[in-house]
Amino acid sequence: MTALAEKTDPTEAMITAHSVTFSGWSKSAREDALMRLRKMGLPDRRDEYWKYTRPDSLTQATAPTAAIFQNDEPPLFGEMDRLKIVFVDGVFDAAASDDLALEGITIERLATAQSDLHWARDVYGVLESHGQSPVARPLAALNTALATDGVLIHVSRTPSKPINLIYTHNSDTSDAILHHCIKLDPGTEVTLLENGPAAARFNKVIEVEVGNTASFNHIRAQGRDHERRAATHIFGRLGTESEFKSFTLTVNGVMTRNEVVLELTGDDAKAHVAGACVGDGEFHHDDTVFITHDAVNCESRQVFKKVLRNGAVGVFQGKILVKADAQKTDGYQISQSLLLDEDSQFLAKPELEIYADDVICSHGSTSGAIDEDALFYLRARGISKGDATDLLTLSFLAEAVEEIEAETLKEEILERLTGWLARRRS
Amino acid sequence: MLNIKNLNVKLDDEDKQILKGVDLEIKGGEVHAIMGPNGSGKSTLSYVLSGKDGYEVTEGTATLEGIDLLEMEPEERAAAGLFLAFQYPVEIPGVGNMTFLRTAVNSQLKARGEEEMSAAEFLKVVRAKAKALKIDADMLKRPVNMGFSGGEKKRNEILQMAMLEPKMCILDETDSGLDVDAMKLVAEGVNALRSEGRGFLVITHYQRLLDHIKPDVVHIMADGRIVKSGGPELALEVENNGYADILAEVA
Ligand SMILES: Nc1ncnc2c1ncn2[C@@H]1O[C@H](COP(=O)(O)OP(=O)(O)OP(=O)(O)O)[C@@H](O)[C@H]1O
Ligand SMILES: [Mg+2]
Repeated sequence: MTALAEKTDPTEAMITAHSVTFSGWSKSAREDALMRLRKMGLPDRRDEYWKYTRPDSLTQATAPTAAIFQNDEPPLFGEMDRLKIVFVDGVFDAAASDDLALEGITIERLATAQSDLHWARDVYGVLESHGQSPVARPLAALNTALATDGVLIHVSRTPSKPINLIYTHNSDTSDAILHHCIKLDPGTEVTLLENGPAAARFNKVIEVEVGNTASFNHIRAQGRDHERRAATHIFGRLGTESEFKSFTLTVNGVMTRNEVVLELTGDDAKAHVAGACVGDGEFHHDDTVFITHDAVNCESRQVFKKVLRNGAVGVFQGKILVKADAQKTDGYQISQSLLLDEDSQFLAKPELEIYADDVICSHGSTSGAIDEDALFYLRARGISKGDATDLLTLSFLAEAVEEIEAETLKEEILERLTGWLARRRS
Repeated sequence: MLNIKNLNVKLDDEDKQILKGVDLEIKGGEVHAIMGPNGSGKSTLSYVLSGKDGYEVTEGTATLEGIDLLEMEPEERAAAGLFLAFQYPVEIPGVGNMTFLRTAVNSQLKARGEEEMSAAEFLKVVRAKAKALKIDADMLKRPVNMGFSGGEKKRNEILQMAMLEPKMCILDETDSGLDVDAMKLVAEGVNALRSEGRGFLVITHYQRLLDHIKPDVVHIMADGRIVKSGGPELALEVENNGYADILAEVA
């Protein structure tokens, strides 16, 4: 009986399908994560936190197939001086990667980092397990337990260039689980660039420990593949006067769930999380963000914009939790969708939970069509309906893209969005 | 140039007739003014001519240099040389004024099969024209009409007109909300564009603008029709006595 029950249990089926051997410094973290996963079980449709997104295709034991997409655009960030680390369907590609050496930082692979007293012991699975409360995130525990590889980056001095994780999708059945840990020592800065669809199905966790006065800057793009699926988590812990900035571009993708879980633990810290996504047809995109203020005078911003057409679905669940001692918190959250037709939908659940009394928190969520008056105004000046619609669509996305500080990166991202719109016109 | 014959217009989704047989002919080089009580249909006329949704032409025609306006998309009408300075210019967050102006100018050039303006050339021209209208660089950088005062929005309309060099310019209450100096600037902007090949239709409530922009003909619109036309003295009569006498006379 028991054996049969285990066999049909999706959690056990998933664990069996992805079994890895636990050893070395991460062994206990993995064992702990596996135990936690078994206890909570993978999410199902009745799960409140998965009310707007069906988890099935992310929790079934094997990945649904995803056709490989021939991307004819030049690779993102291609013009930048950066350190490239390439994973093909979740497997490290040494030949395509640069040497994992950059002054001021150490980069190791999770699969090969052996030392018993590894620094990553204090991060790996630690931020993730901390982020399991008050809301369970079983797919992240699964990741900690069963990740096959990833990078461990320790920043002791600010490096001269960004680190670029490139995720290539080459097999239509690949099912990748990667786990990265990044630790920024006090006063350091690092930029992490990520791009590519990664696999037919991708489960990724990043844990980031941002030391006092350190600054973490993250830009990612999730490829252009239509059929790929992704469940990602970023767990961040922010020290005093530190900064965390993350921007995500999502173009296409049948299923995306991006969770960001941040805790501001040092006074005067800043966390900015933004995303722009554009979807057409078979597209489901879920941004789930949970920001906890646990220190004085911290600032957090969430800016998410979604352009949806032909039945595409956008989801936003965003929460700001302000603990009792987190006075002078400045929290801002906006999530907006532009629905280009009546078949598309946007489901939003913005939440504030505030226990401190001296705070400024605002949140808003809107869903709307192209502004007809603005469209007519532009057309009356001779701009074609298509151009005018694109102009208004880009301007809608602009607030999120503006969150990117570096001008060149901002332009690169805007170009991709312009390209997406242009392709829908021809 | 602009020929309107027996134009009848109702609302699309309501059984409400707004224009009830408008006749109007404006020749190249002429300036016509339309005055009339609130709600008489002046803005509706300008919207129908420029192609706004929501109105249905039930009868009549409107042509610009012999080309049927009513069959065209709004952008085609603009490329054909029609320009409307809006009574209420629209604010467009996220679209820079410069980007907007350049896209508009180049869209029209392209539609007419002419060569597009280079960025440098455009910048030069726009700066000169903005300066004449006292529109500063900051206003050009901001999103279209965002945070502009009422008067600044109207000046921005005139800047667009100056950049697009249309054949037929319709100005819908461009004078309202302008201070005395701004009114002069706007009038100068209009007068600078007056030429043999260009017509103007100026919708206004006040004689004051017409002191600066001398009209050839003044029309009075009431209840969806042009009820009286005359020379500039008609505007003075309205200014002094209101519409009651005129309306009584034609009733
Ligand atoms: N979209 C609409 N829906 C409902 N009523 C409309 C619409 N457009 C115009 N109308 C009505 O048509 C009439 C004419 O309006 P219009 O704006 O053309 O007047 P106007 O002469 O420009 O007035 P004003 O001097 O106040 O600007 C008004 O009674 C107005 O309420
Ligand atoms: Mg009006």
